Amino acid sequence: MTSDSRLEKILSQGDFAVTSECGPPRGADPEIIRKKGTLIKDFVDAINVTDNQTSVVRMSSFSSCVILKQMGINPVLQMVTRDRNRIAIQSDILGAAALGINNILCLSGDHQKFGDHAKAKNVYDLDSIHLIQTVKQMRDEGKFLGGDDIKGKPRFFIGAAANPFADPFEFRVVRLAKKVAAGAQFIQTQCIYNLDRFKEWMQLVRDRKLHEKVHILGGVTPMKSLGMANYMKKMVPGMDVPDELIARIKGVPKEKQAEEGIKMCVETIQHLREIEGVHGVHIMAIEWEDMVPHIVQNAGLLPRPKVE
Amino acid sequence: MIVGKGKSIKDILAMIENHSKIIVAGCRGCVTVCAAGGEKETGILSAALSLAREKDGKPIEIKEVTLERQCDSEYLESIRSFVDEYEAVVSIACGAGVQFMAEKFRKIPLYPGIDTNFIGVTEAQGVWTERCQACGDCKLHITGGICPISRCAKSLFNGPCGGSSKGKCEVNPEIDCGWQLIYDRLKELGKLDQLEIIIPINDWSTSRDGGPRKIIREDLTL
Repeated sequence: MTSDSRLEKILSQGDFAVTSECGPPRGADPEIIRKKGTLIKDFVDAINVTDNQTSVVRMSSFSSCVILKQMGINPVLQMVTRDRNRIAIQSDILGAAALGINNILCLSGDHQKFGDHAKAKNVYDLDSIHLIQTVKQMRDEGKFLGGDDIKGKPRFFIGAAANPFADPFEFRVVRLAKKVAAGAQFIQTQCIYNLDRFKEWMQLVRDRKLHEKVHILGGVTPMKSLGMANYMKKMVPGMDVPDELIARIKGVPKEKQAEEGIKMCVETIQHLREIEGVHGVHIMAIEWEDMVPHIVQNAGLLPRPKVE
Repeated sequence: MIVGKGKSIKDILAMIENHSKIIVAGCRGCVTVCAAGGEKETGILSAALSLAREKDGKPIEIKEVTLERQCDSEYLESIRSFVDEYEAVVSIACGAGVQFMAEKFRKIPLYPGIDTNFIGVTEAQGVWTERCQACGDCKLHITGGICPISRCAKSLFNGPCGGSSKGKCEVNPEIDCGWQLIYDRLKELGKLDQLEIIIPINDWSTSRDGGPRKIIREDLTL
């Protein structure tokens, strides 16, 4: 075991993992995070906290993770390289480890153009693969990037993201291989709507035997409405929403669309469980966290396994 | 070349509001090629400023000069004999030119007449695009001759982010994804295996992050 992470233990013992995420509030009220945590706590193995997603300023992932940790939840600290240089990153890694956070998801982050501070300067001292290398070096070698020894190594279960739907498609698995070589132990993918393409990607993953080296958690996001489906298809870069899916949501009356969205999400999870090399599911119910228990239950993923 | 773009007449008029006798100084270097600060633009800007000030009832006397280069002392010297007769200089050279002129002529206010944008190329008639950010440690041999620092909106070193879609960048569908370009080029060269290599964490000390940079060539110094 490389960390004390509950998620690492569950994946190591061969159980199908369930993770979800909480978007932190746009304010200083910790109750919002606690409320979201309470809702999904008993239905998932770990909860990601996003790091200023879409470059909109929110409560920090770090502090939100501490709040979840205090509730007995196993948080996944999402960290983007957009806003911090290597000095701040290493400092935050030490701080997070000191406060008992033991999962980290290494990301480059959405470009600031999408957020509420489009005039900001981005940092990108490191890219996401460098961030993986950084955490691994600090944990395994006990050394800072600058070469000095660390007194008290930070023990993290290291994660990364993969988007099987972005381009160039053939490069996507190469990029995954680089992340694995850098030290990624688990992967949470972009939302899967196009199962055929995901399966094609997984085949390439298996061809390279990457599924034996890294735990892949398939990402899912339930559609709330036809409007959301259209938005995801047209407006979100790197998102692949097939026309059939749009047609299916369109085919039900407006008041039933959310229900249909949940149903489709559950079906996707059931498909994912059948794919060799998929070791879990990451449910991103955007500002719809209260549906997570329902999705997990309907997907037959309860009760969640125990760990020592 | 260094590529720039003229500031708006309104902005320049605000800078020179309190002056009635100025020099507008162009440059025959890069900014001539990108049609931002050459002899022609010096003339156009001067005429526009004169007209506007006349309309406002505050006429202004403008001397037009176009230096061979504003980034070389010897050419800057060409205005020394008359510069003191004026109240200010609007330079439409790049930022380096404006600053060098300010260093040489310490008693006269210097105003930038253009915005200096990037090191780039003339992609088509009237179209200039960025290619280089002068990081001071060229890696083009690894990335198929396409720079990830200047061509990727996030300056990623190890491949495209999840926002690369149909060859375009998530930031703007008019921007090519730098990593798609790198991928395509390496594919054409039969060198896709190069993409498997992790490009290590960058040393930014050779870039601007190390402070203003300096090159000394002992073989050339006097």
